[in-house]
Amino acid sequence: MIETRDLWVRFGPVAAVRGLSLRVEAGGWTALIGPNGAGKTSALRALAGLVRYEGEIAVDGRDARALGRRALARLVAYVPQKPETPPDLTVAEYVLLGRTPHIPYLGGESRGDREAAARALRRLDLEDFAERRLGSLSGGELQRTVLARALAQEAPVLLLDEPTTSLDLGRQQLVLELVDALRAGGLAVVTTLHDLTLAGQYADRLVLLDRGAAAAEGPAGEVLSAPNVATHYGARVRVLEEDGSVVVVPVRDRGR
Amino acid sequence: MATAAGEVRAAPRVEARGIGLRAGLGAAAFLVVALVVGLAVGPVGIGIGAIVRSALSYLPLLHVHQPLGAIDRAVLWQVRAPRVALAALVGGMLAVAGASYQGVFRNPLCDPYLLGVAGGAGLGATLAIIYGSVAAEGRWLVPVAAFAGAIAAVVATYALGRSAGAGRTTGALVLAGVTMATFTAAVQTFVQQQHTQQLQNVYAWLLGGFSSSTWTDVAICAPYVAGSSLVLVLHRRVLDVLSLGDDEATSLGVDVRRARLAIVVAATLGTAAAVSVSGLIAFVGIIVPHTIRLLVSTSYRAVIPLSLVAGAGFLVLTDVAARSVLSPEELPIGVVTAFLGAPFFAIVLRTSRGVR
Repeated sequence: MIETRDLWVRFGPVAAVRGLSLRVEAGGWTALIGPNGAGKTSALRALAGLVRYEGEIAVDGRDARALGRRALARLVAYVPQKPETPPDLTVAEYVLLGRTPHIPYLGGESRGDREAAARALRRLDLEDFAERRLGSLSGGELQRTVLARALAQEAPVLLLDEPTTSLDLGRQQLVLELVDALRAGGLAVVTTLHDLTLAGQYADRLVLLDRGAAAAEGPAGEVLSAPNVATHYGARVRVLEEDGSVVVVPVRDRGR
Repeated sequence: MATAAGEVRAAPRVEARGIGLRAGLGAAAFLVVALVVGLAVGPVGIGIGAIVRSALSYLPLLHVHQPLGAIDRAVLWQVRAPRVALAALVGGMLAVAGASYQGVFRNPLCDPYLLGVAGGAGLGATLAIIYGSVAAEGRWLVPVAAFAGAIAAVVATYALGRSAGAGRTTGALVLAGVTMATFTAAVQTFVQQQHTQQLQNVYAWLLGGFSSSTWTDVAICAPYVAGSSLVLVLHRRVLDVLSLGDDEATSLGVDVRRARLAIVVAATLGTAAAVSVSGLIAFVGIIVPHTIRLLVSTSYRAVIPLSLVAGAGFLVLTDVAARSVLSPEELPIGVVTAFLGAPFFAIVLRTSRGVR
């Protein structure tokens, strides 16, 4: 569904992403992991068409550069790490803004757009919140609302930058379960995730970035080895198996 | 089953609030009352009934008898009416331009005056008046010169504000605007002092006012105001999308740079036309949109059209105050708006501290 070949993102002399190639099919979930400054967010922003890049990005088999902004927005929905949520907009108004790529530049929403937004609200169980102001929502409700806006875009590719930031553990699981349900419904999902255990539990494929390049990629069992984490994060961890998934436990060096 | 229950439940009401019937009627009623008050108040007493009948007598097919004599008619339709019409045009334009700048720069403190746009327009207009043709046909060029000055000012303000960190704090852009306004005022004073024979005119113009308004001023200003406000009203939904920030607006398929350019050019052109007939009038673009945000909604779908209508009514009433408070002397209207606007600005400044 979305594919990159030899993707480079440069900021002046600094290359934030170096030669990344990845491929995510419909119904797949790839998590970009890696230490701070590894280029996770830059790679995601390139996929969303927000930064200049070298190399190729193809969405649905078509060159992203040739698609144009609106056409790309109908194929790729993007949620930044800290989305801007004007506190006085209602949930319904905010989710309707997700329909923008389907609405003529100076036009207004059609009935079809309102129905699509209503579907997104229902999908994320937000019907009772439709007329609430964004400013009155809790962190978890707000994150669901932001997901609903991305869903209303009805794009087959969903990009999420750290979707669990500033949520408690229960809300993190709730949001990731929601994303997993959307993935199972046929979306291609790419997220950055800093929690390695959660990344391993939810994504079917991990790409470990270090200084912009893919240092390891594959299923969690392969990527999340103690030596890999030690090398690229500079962290001491023990990797456990639990219920068929990988748990990464930090180990404190007591300095013997 | 949860899904079955979900389908039975009524669909949620998914609509943008927009203007709303009550707010729309309220703003329209406010404008009508302001226009009538504007026409009725003055040293020559003309009753409201007579004004209405006199207006109707100009309409064909109604056969309403003209109730006013020649002098009253001239006072009403050649002195007061153009003044009221011009105040309405300028007020609506400054309010809608202020709201648009606030949206496009994502900064609640923006105002055509505080961004230096009005000052740049004023300088352009002054240069055109003094060095350009002062003949009657030359007057039509004044808005163009004002526009050139205004665009230069807004570009300079934006560039200076950006380099001073306007992306992070609301204050930087306004400080850049004040810097720009001060600079244009200095150049303006220099030009004026070289042409002292015109000092009186320029000074009266600087303080802003409608005391010598004619239908010609209305005709000069109206097409620009109509065009600019049309563009801005059409962009009301885009302004809501822009409120999500550049990244998210882009990822929703909006060409942010082009949208911003269209909105800034429209707001600046309209401001320039308004300034070139009315002089420098501050704070209308702060007072009116923020009042609407407080009373109705912060969505630009409401703020833009309602600012246009309420701004028109607001400046007409302000002009009535300017000519009545010290009657028969007139207070410059810019003094009245500043008197009302400065405390208002202080409130917005205090409540918007958290806004990035």
